[in-house]
Amino acid sequence: MRLLKLVPDNTNIGFVRVRMVAFAITALLTIAAVAAVATRGLNLGVDFVGGLMIEAKFPAPPSLDAVRNNVDKLGVGQGSLQQFGDPASVSIRLPTPASNDEGATNAVVNKVSASLKKQFPGVTFPRYDTVSGKVSGELIRNGLLAVVLAVVGIAIFSWLRYEWQFGISTFVAIVHDVLMTLGFFAITRMEFDLNIVAAVLTIIGYSINDKMVIDDRIRENMRKYRQMDMKALIDLSVNETLPRTVMTSLTVMLALGALLLFGGHVLRGFAAAMLLGIIVGTYSSVYVSSSLLISLGLEPQRFAAKPATARPNAERIGPKA
Amino acid sequence: MLDFPRWKIWSIVLSMAIGVMLSLPSFVPEATLARLGVGSLPRINLGLDLSGGSHLMLEADTADLAKQNIAKMEEQVRTEMRRADPPIPIGDISTTGGRLSFFVRDGAQLDAAVERIRTLTQPSGMTGQRDWNVQVVDSTRVVLTPTEAGLSQAVDGAMQVATEVVRKRIDEMGTKEPTIIRQGSDRIIVQVPGLQDPTALKALIGKTAKLEFKLVDLTADPRDVAQGRAPIGSEIAPYPENPGGVPFIAVKRRAMLTGDELIDAKLSYNSQTNEPVVSITFNSEGGRKFARVTQENVGKPFAMILDGKVLSAPNINEPILGGQAQISGRFTTDSANELAISLRSGKLPVALKVVEERTVGPDLGADSIRAGTIASVIAAVGVVIFMLVSYGRFGFYADLAVVINIFIILGVMAMLNATLTLPGIAGFVLTIGTAVDANVLINERIREELRRGRNPTQAVEFGYKEASRTIFEANVTHAIAGLIMFVLGSGQVKGFAVVLLIGIATSVFTAVVFTRMLVATWLRRTRPSSLHI
Repeated sequence: MRLLKLVPDNTNIGFVRVRMVAFAITALLTIAAVAAVATRGLNLGVDFVGGLMIEAKFPAPPSLDAVRNNVDKLGVGQGSLQQFGDPASVSIRLPTPASNDEGATNAVVNKVSASLKKQFPGVTFPRYDTVSGKVSGELIRNGLLAVVLAVVGIAIFSWLRYEWQFGISTFVAIVHDVLMTLGFFAITRMEFDLNIVAAVLTIIGYSINDKMVIDDRIRENMRKYRQMDMKALIDLSVNETLPRTVMTSLTVMLALGALLLFGGHVLRGFAAAMLLGIIVGTYSSVYVSSSLLISLGLEPQRFAAKPATARPNAERIGPKA
Repeated sequence: MLDFPRWKIWSIVLSMAIGVMLSLPSFVPEATLARLGVGSLPRINLGLDLSGGSHLMLEADTADLAKQNIAKMEEQVRTEMRRADPPIPIGDISTTGGRLSFFVRDGAQLDAAVERIRTLTQPSGMTGQRDWNVQVVDSTRVVLTPTEAGLSQAVDGAMQVATEVVRKRIDEMGTKEPTIIRQGSDRIIVQVPGLQDPTALKALIGKTAKLEFKLVDLTADPRDVAQGRAPIGSEIAPYPENPGGVPFIAVKRRAMLTGDELIDAKLSYNSQTNEPVVSITFNSEGGRKFARVTQENVGKPFAMILDGKVLSAPNINEPILGGQAQISGRFTTDSANELAISLRSGKLPVALKVVEERTVGPDLGADSIRAGTIASVIAAVGVVIFMLVSYGRFGFYADLAVVINIFIILGVMAMLNATLTLPGIAGFVLTIGTAVDANVLINERIREELRRGRNPTQAVEFGYKEASRTIFEANVTHAIAGLIMFVLGSGQVKGFAVVLLIGIATSVFTAVVFTRMLVATWLRRTRPSSLHI
């Protein structure tokens, strides 16, 4: 049996040569993503803006307008409707009732469900969430804090472990990955909730994993070929690790594809975010972060002059500091 | 590197077998386990989003608590000053601005007053701070300000009691396996699996259930009452169901009796009207008090006040001597029962508000489990085939590792009594995809080493050695992201992080150690001259 080889032996693609084009495209896409988030905003779920979310499952796909009319005339505030992947499931989002009374949210839920049941017999309400403004504020804060900590923490880790250039290039690429994911959510208007924050953090973890493998190979080759030109060396490293990059991305995408298609509507947003993140992360590993090392002035000679880094466990002998 | 002594092989196989075995109880329905007599085996808990049920987050009204705190102090100060020998006359007591201040009529007694007040304060916290600051302003006024430590101690005490009261009330409802945990300084999380409609639950928890009996002030002018003014020593209480018209009534400030003095409360029916009522039984002291007050006030009305609202204000037709009474007030059977439960379990020391609520129906939960299982199986089959066609025998070893890893993750989760949530399933599927990364790294490296002209044994040895370092570093960064999620994430995200972290740890073991053992054993046995990878 002949084994499948996605990347032929001795592939040698000149990634570094096209780096300026890649940087330009990346910058443009990132700006576009930021612009999309700035102008269209994110479709934040009740987790982050507070309010009431009722999921309604209809026996047959309803007309969204009919549902919207039904809810709007109840006087419980402007409803925002969204269909899940399954056209018969609709999520109805409402602002939290102004009254502080315990019964107020129940009253809204009961009002909406009674009115919908009347117009659409057989409708069920499998899920509803209420999040107060205070809690949603905390969730936003914690979510942002987690993302920032993850990006900064890992950049510091790779800076301490390697040269500072690795830290910076990883940091830039990760920020790019996160922004692209946010842009995707701004453009598709998919709901951005707590699960998506988990997805973003996972994308960060995965993307760094990817860059770590390439960075590791670059360092290894720097030790091995001290005289080699930096551009050629980076190209060599990226190409050497390319089969692994492609293989792993594909296995992960395979798993996520299964989740997207069969994992049910609640996880669809998560799977979509992850899938996009893997594509973007792989792209930024191959085209952006490694080539960025050259622009940041990483040089083999300077590196080789630091034997302590090459063998981190070596005993150091010298005057006490 | 490729040398595996027998003891090492056995310990690897044994630890994996234990991991897999731990996962098995989670596949069998709980009832079946109980019938087999092994119901206590550790199982994975299903999160509410998978099992269906209600999740509530309650927050204490700390502002209200602070107010209560000051009111209590005011009461103490009044008693202490009266009790003093000679009594210290005070006046102009104010409780605004979060502090208590009063005027000492005789300047010569100021020092004595401060001295007495100081004995009312208590040390609180580690720093030796006291719970109240006592100051003298304008050499005539004494000002008491609660300290930060004093306030947080008050909140802490109240929350401890509140958590217990909430637990009692929910237990009385007879729901299955509720989880009630205190979170942070002023929150309580309540999770009730299987509960579809939390309305009753919320009604039960939302009631402070502070019950007071107060005499109605008959001297009050009805016109004043309508405008919210009460005679001295009385106060205006809302009375929504007042048959007399205005929804207010003037009652004496001093309670003749409170709910603290009852020992039982249950639903019963009024023998004449057959209306649902709550029958209460006082303790002996409460019974004596109630008997004395009712004897002294025959023919006068008294008000039953729950959480500041008057339920009803019947006349005292005759002295009530047996220490038993009935609370009436337009109840339905359900609402009378709820009130009985609330009274039995004691009053909440602080009002609780629902700040987050998530309810998932059992059908949706079951759908999610089914969909998650299908996605996991398809993901696993896809990855297994993909690895097999890419790396042949080596892919097969990696596949074995992945499948065993799935079971070990479940086993470790069961052992830790971790909760599997819907995002957790996503973490699972993702782990299936990423777990083979280590094998991809190793196998690609072996291919490279072979291309460089190494013989099979050397290539495998180098492949594992060189790749292991990369695998370690990559997983550390991955784990950093997972840890941050675990620490900062809320319930759902935490569920995802747990699976991810366990998956990282176990996959390194299965993907690196276990496959190396398989490869090494195979190499030793067959000594191939070339590798098909």
